[in-house]
Amino acid sequence: MSPAASERAAPYWLTGPALLVFLGLVLIPLGMTVLLSFYDWGQYKGIVPEFTLKNWREVATDSYFLEIFLRTFRIAILVTLLSIMIGVPEAYILNRMSPGWRSMCLLAVIGPLLVSVVARTLGWALLLGPNGLVNQGLIAIGLIGTPLEFMFTETGVVVALTHVLIPFMILAVWASLQRLDPQIENAASSLGAGFVTIWRRVILPQIVPGILSGSIIVFALAASAFASPAIIGGRRLKVAATLAYDEFLNTLNWPLGAAVAVLLLVALVAIIVGSNRLIERRYAQVFE
Amino acid sequence: MTRNGPLACAFHLAFIVFMLAPLAIVCIVAFTPEGYLSLPTRGPSLRWFKAILGYPEFLRAFRDSLWLAALSSTIAIGLAVPAALAIARYRFPGREAMTALFMSPLMVPHVVLGIAFLRFFTQIGLSGSFTGLVLSHVIVILPFALRLVLAASYGIDRRIEHAATSLGAGTATVFRRITLPLILPGVVSGWLLAAINSFDEVTMTVFIASPATTTLPVRMFLYIQDNIDPLIAAVSACLIALTALMLLALDRLFGLDRLFVGTGKG
Repeated sequence: MSPAASERAAPYWLTGPALLVFLGLVLIPLGMTVLLSFYDWGQYKGIVPEFTLKNWREVATDSYFLEIFLRTFRIAILVTLLSIMIGVPEAYILNRMSPGWRSMCLLAVIGPLLVSVVARTLGWALLLGPNGLVNQGLIAIGLIGTPLEFMFTETGVVVALTHVLIPFMILAVWASLQRLDPQIENAASSLGAGFVTIWRRVILPQIVPGILSGSIIVFALAASAFASPAIIGGRRLKVAATLAYDEFLNTLNWPLGAAVAVLLLVALVAIIVGSNRLIERRYAQVFE
Repeated sequence: MTRNGPLACAFHLAFIVFMLAPLAIVCIVAFTPEGYLSLPTRGPSLRWFKAILGYPEFLRAFRDSLWLAALSSTIAIGLAVPAALAIARYRFPGREAMTALFMSPLMVPHVVLGIAFLRFFTQIGLSGSFTGLVLSHVIVILPFALRLVLAASYGIDRRIEHAATSLGAGTATVFRRITLPLILPGVVSGWLLAAINSFDEVTMTVFIASPATTTLPVRMFLYIQDNIDPLIAAVSACLIALTALMLLALDRLFGLDRLFVGTGKG
């Protein structure tokens, strides 16, 4: 082979192994899942490889599924909003700390990210239970008379998921804060701008891309979260991911479960790609 | 704290409490001497930690999780290093599409991947096997490995490699003696991040694990679905302690901010 040709072939040799693995283990299984969602299923006959729109019709028309998907996205939106409201100020505070303090506090912010989500959710189950510390504390200070219901409610799921996902928001916002020139803030302040004005006119416009990319990550992970809703929400409060799990491993209606999963995937990809487009168009100059 | 006002400090304190409270409560409850979930008001006891030894399935799952994490992240890094070098240095048709494909497991919900692998492995007869677990984990952790190796590969001065070649070094020697040492920080941190993600993965694994080959998080999840007792708190407390130790080591070795935020500078 001539040197030029081997230079041209080199990237394909280098990416080849990973490409083969991904074609075989991502595209083929996903394709099979899409196919599966068009298969027939019966209690006694099992999976029948005959093309049918039955599952899709069921998912589209049954209000049970609509309710679960609405709940999934309602929870995801609430978690995203809470993550913005708490994560943005926290990232700003972290960014203003001295390096020594900051690296210690980073341990507390990023650390939980590395602890298994099962252990973290178990913590919330212990805190939020009817005899949990949160209820005991609220009763002790006289805010409430009887224990509040957190377990098996959307509130509980939202709280636990916010805890699980907020590090992603902080990391995204912090990354964009680091690119900020602190002198601009000082300049605004010396020109007489107050704290609120500085935030609104100087800081916020520059970190919006970070907030938006953090929001996309948090939203996508919240909408597809499984372990936290399964533990806090229980069997009664289903979301899309736990619904698919139940169809697969309890009801054993794989085709219907596949339809739910494919719908979740399509909805998420549409939302992520759509908002990415929007962000890139709106903030094209920021990304360059 | 330097320039933060009292309000900011209070907010920060409340936030740290919010982040650490669920972990702290698990560790505290694990020390209860009672037979039910409670705070150890009668003094701490190691009763439930000893009880773990009576449940070999937790220990077995822990061992399997470690093997799985080590094996799958090693394979993932083996695939990621050449791919990252190709993506960082060459402009070739399909480069963008390939990068998107390699990063796609970050975007595809793990439930969907779990279902897809369950279906696929059942069809090809790998269902419930350790091989199946390794293959599926390689896929979901490859993006983490690739991202960090890629960040390291962009920063290399290729003239060093050219100098080595002109001095008579072969392709293999250049890679072993020049390229690999230069991207090593990215390779090591990529491997670590991949291994951590493999160890913690539960959503996808719950679909493809079998009672015989399962991981610790899946075993814990299934246990919690049945009942929550001090035993599972003790198992979780061990996991939290282990993670904390590893975190401190990572912080010393690499600096957490570099591992998670400033990957571009790495």
